[in-house]
Amino acid sequence: MGCESLKAMEQLLIMNPLNFPILSTTIFLPLIGAMLILLMRNEKAIKVTGLITGIITFVVSMLIYFNFKTDTYHFQFGEHIPWIPAYNINYTLGIDGITIFLILLTTLFAPICILCSWTSIKERFKEFLFCILAMETAMIGVFCSLDFILFYIFWEAMLIPMYLLIAVWGGPRKDYASIKFFIYTLFGSVFLLVAIISMYLTNGTFSILSAMYKDYGMTFQIWVFLAFAIAFAIKVPMFPFHTWLPAAHTEAPTAGSVFLASVLLKMGAYGFLRFCLPVAPKASIYFAPLMIILSVIGIIYGGFVCLSQTDMKKLIAYSSVAHMGFITLGIFTFTLFGLEGAMLQMLNHGITTGALFLCVGIIYERTHSREIYDNAGLGKIMPIYVGFFGFFSLSAFAFPGTNNFVGEIYVLIGTFSQHKTAGFFAVVGAVLAAAYMLRLLKQIIWGRVDKRVIADMKIREIIYMIPLMLLVLWMGIFPRPFVAVMEKSLSFLMTQMRTYY
Amino acid sequence: MLILPELNIFLFSILLLFISISKVKENILTYAKLLSVLAFLVSLLSITENGELFSGAYRIDLFSQVFKMLIMAGFCLVILMFKNKREIEEGFLPEYFMFLGFSALGLMMLVSSVELISIVLSLEISSYSLYVILPIRNAQTKIQIEASMKYLFFGAVSTGIMLFGMGYLYGIAHSTFLSDIVLVLPEFLSQPIGIIALVFTLTGFFFKLSLFPMHFWSPDIYEGASNNTTAFIGTLPKIAAAALLIRITMLAFPGSMQLINILIILAALSMTFGNLVGLVQKDIKRLLAYSGIAHAGYLMMGILALSKDGNAAAVYYMTIYLFMNLACFYVVILISKTGENVKIDDLAGLSKRSPLLALLLAVSAFSLAGIPPTGGFTGKLFLFTGAFEAGHLPIVLIGAVNTVISIFFYLNLVRMGYSKDVAVAEPIKLATHEKVLCYLFIFLIIYMGIMPSGLFEVFKASI
Repeated sequence: MGCESLKAMEQLLIMNPLNFPILSTTIFLPLIGAMLILLMRNEKAIKVTGLITGIITFVVSMLIYFNFKTDTYHFQFGEHIPWIPAYNINYTLGIDGITIFLILLTTLFAPICILCSWTSIKERFKEFLFCILAMETAMIGVFCSLDFILFYIFWEAMLIPMYLLIAVWGGPRKDYASIKFFIYTLFGSVFLLVAIISMYLTNGTFSILSAMYKDYGMTFQIWVFLAFAIAFAIKVPMFPFHTWLPAAHTEAPTAGSVFLASVLLKMGAYGFLRFCLPVAPKASIYFAPLMIILSVIGIIYGGFVCLSQTDMKKLIAYSSVAHMGFITLGIFTFTLFGLEGAMLQMLNHGITTGALFLCVGIIYERTHSREIYDNAGLGKIMPIYVGFFGFFSLSAFAFPGTNNFVGEIYVLIGTFSQHKTAGFFAVVGAVLAAAYMLRLLKQIIWGRVDKRVIADMKIREIIYMIPLMLLVLWMGIFPRPFVAVMEKSLSFLMTQMRTYY
Repeated sequence: MLILPELNIFLFSILLLFISISKVKENILTYAKLLSVLAFLVSLLSITENGELFSGAYRIDLFSQVFKMLIMAGFCLVILMFKNKREIEEGFLPEYFMFLGFSALGLMMLVSSVELISIVLSLEISSYSLYVILPIRNAQTKIQIEASMKYLFFGAVSTGIMLFGMGYLYGIAHSTFLSDIVLVLPEFLSQPIGIIALVFTLTGFFFKLSLFPMHFWSPDIYEGASNNTTAFIGTLPKIAAAALLIRITMLAFPGSMQLINILIILAALSMTFGNLVGLVQKDIKRLLAYSGIAHAGYLMMGILALSKDGNAAAVYYMTIYLFMNLACFYVVILISKTGENVKIDDLAGLSKRSPLLALLLAVSAFSLAGIPPTGGFTGKLFLFTGAFEAGHLPIVLIGAVNTVISIFFYLNLVRMGYSKDVAVAEPIKLATHEKVLCYLFIFLIIYMGIMPSGLFEVFKASI
C-alpha cells in the first residue's frame, strides 16, 4: 500500500480496540443466518432463525454503540486486510459519528421487517428472508466500508435482493417497478464507478480515507462531483431523478418499502456527506445553489403531489421525496446546524416513514387495498391502529415534541442563516406536509363509516411499533445524545471543508 | 513433456474414433466425460512447462499454458454439460466428440504459435473441425445447414483477409516469426501499410471473437448449432482469439495511436451494437450471441490499453466470461427437452420448476451484466481501470453506459425466471452430477468476484 494512504489511515482511523472484529461480525451475521435458512426446510424454524439472526445482529450493533467514543472525529473499530494487492484494494472498515446511527437504523429495521412479513408473505418465505438478510449485510457493509471498491460492491450487491423483493413479492405492476428501479440506480452507479476509478488513478489507492481532504484541481473536482452526485441524487432521490421511487415503493412488499425508505434512501444522502463534500469541497460549493434549488423543488413538488394522492402508499412515497429534500437542503447549506439537521432527518425519516409504511402494510394485509377511500373511517373499528397511525402522522409533519420537529428546525436554522429564500420555500413545504398528512389522517379516522369488521393490531404488530414510537418521542424531546455522537465528525467535516475552500 | 496437453487431447480424439468403430459405443458419453476431466487435469499439471519447439515456431510458456488450461477447462465443461444424446444425429456421437477434441487441439496449438504459418494452420485445424460438427444436429428445421454454410463462408473470407494482412507483415519483416516482426513493426505503424497489415491480420481473430464488424455469423450460428456446439463455439475459440489478439497487438507496443483508435472504434461499435440488438431478442441463444458481440467489445478495452494490467484484465475477463457464458448455456441445455432452442418465454416459472437452475441463471445473468459481487463485475472493474489508466476515458464511459443498456435484457432473463409464473409448472429433475455442476458454476462465478487476487496475479505474471 502506498505510503500516503498509510499516513491517512493513521491520521483518521483508530484500529479496533475490541478483541473481535465487531464490524465484520455485524456485517456478515445476517448473511450467515441467510445461508443457514437456505439449508432449512421447516417453515417455522426458518421464520424463527431469521428473526433471531436479525435480533442478534441488532444486539451486536448495540455493542458498537456502547463502545463508541463520542469525543473524537476519528473512524473507529477499524479493520484492515489487504484484498486485491494488484490494484491496492483493501478490506478496510471503520465507522464514525455519521455512520453509527445509520448502522443502528439498519439493524433495528431488519427484525422489524421480518416481523411485519410474518403473515403477509404467503409464499417462498425462505427466499424472502434470504433477500432481507442479504440486503441487511449489504447495507451495513455500505456504511462500514472505507475502501471504494468494497463500498461499491456492497452498494451494488444490495440491488439484487431489493430487485428480487420487488420483482417476486411485489404488487401488480412489479415488473415495471423493479426493472425501473434497477436501471435507474445502476445508471447512477456506473458513473460512480468511473469516478471511483479516476480517484484510484489520482491517488494510487482505492482507500476512501486517503482520498478525502486533499487539494484536487477544480476541473477534477467538478467532474468527480458530478459523477458522484448523479449516483447519489438518484438514490436519494432528488427531483428530477425521483420517478423510480413511487413505483418501487408502491409495488414493493411492506418489508421492501420499509427498507427502501428507512435505509436505502439514506445511502444517497450518506454518499453526499461521505464523498462529495470531503473529496470535492470546492465543487460542492460551486454546485450548492443548484443542489439547494433541486432540494427545494423536491420539497414543494413532493408536497403538492402528495395532496392529490388517493393511494396511501404512494402518498407516503411522495412524501419521502419532500422529506429527503430537507436532508439534501441541510447538507448543502454547509453549516453545522444544517449538517446535524440533515443527519437527524435521515434518522427521523427512516423511523417515521418506515413506521408509516408498516401501518399501510398492516391495513393492506387486512383489506387488500391501499386506497384511502377503501380504508376510510377506521377510527371506531381499529382504535389502536389509528392511534399509532395518528402518532406517526404527527411525527411526519414535524409536530413539536416529535423527532421530525427537531430535525426540521435544525435544517431551517441552517438554511435561513445562508439562504433566506430557500428557507422560506422550505417552510412552505413544511406547511404542505401538515396539509397532506392531516388530510390523510382525517380520511382514515373519520371518513366513511360502515359496519365492516377488521381485526385491530395484533400483539406482534404492536411489539414492533413500540420501539419506533419510543424513538420518535426520545429524539423529539431529548435529541442531545444523538447530536452529541455525530457532532465531532460533522464539525471535523466542516473545518476540513473550510481548509480547502 | 512440453506438448503433453496437446498430445493428450489428440489421443483423446483418436481414442474416440476407435470407440466409434468398436462395440462399447453405448457408453461413449461416460468415456468422453472421464477423458475430458483427465485432459483438463493434464493441462493443469503442465502449467509450469517452458520451452520452444519447431525452430522457435511453437512457444510453450506460462502465457500459452494458462490459455491451454482455460481452453481445457472450457472443453471439459462443455463435455460435462452434454446431456441429451438425441440432440446429435444418431450414430455421430463419437465423431462429434472427436471433432470437438480436434477443434480444442487446434485452439491449444494456436495459443502456442508464435509464427504466422503455424498460427494459420492451428486456426484452420480448429475451424475445419467446427465446420464438420456444426450440421450434426437433430433439428426439425434444418437451420443447422444454413448456420454451418454461413460459418464456413464467413470463416473462409476472414481467413482470406487475415492471410492478406499476414502477407503484408511478411513483406515488412521478411520473416514469419513474430519475434522478428516485433522488431520492425512499430516503425511501420505510422504508415498505412503497417496498420493495414496488422488490422487485417487481427481480422481473423475478430471473426473468432465475433467482434464488430466480423460478428455477422454469430447470431445465426448460435441459433442453428446444437446447444452444446454453441456453448463450445461461443466460448473456446474466443479464448484462443483473445490470446492471439494480445500476442499480436503487443507487437505494436509501445503503441501506435492509429491502431489504438481503430480498436477503440471497433470496441465501442461492438458493445453498443451487441447490446442494442440484444434488447429485442426472443431466443436465448441469439441473445447470448449478441451478448457475446458486446462482450468482445468490453474485452477489447483491456487489449487496447496495450499494457500488462490491461492484458491481464482481458485474460481475467475472458476466464469469467467462459464460466458465466457456459453457465447460461447449461441452463439452456438443461431446460431444453430434446435439444431444441429455448425461447426467453420458456423461462417463465423457472424458479418453481427448478430453484437451482433459476439461481444459476440469475447468478450468470447478473455476472454477464457486471453486478457485484459476481466475477463479471470484478472483470469489468479491471478492464475499466486498465483502459482508464491508459488514458481512454471515452471508451470507459461508453462501456459504462453499455452496462446499463445491457442490464435490461439480462434482468429480463432473471425476471422471467423469478416473477413470471406459468399455470402448469412441470418440475425439472436434475441428476446429482448436474446439480454438482450447477453449484460449481455458481461457486466459480462468485469466487472470481470476491477473490480475484490469486488468478489475477497468475495472469499478470503470464503476460
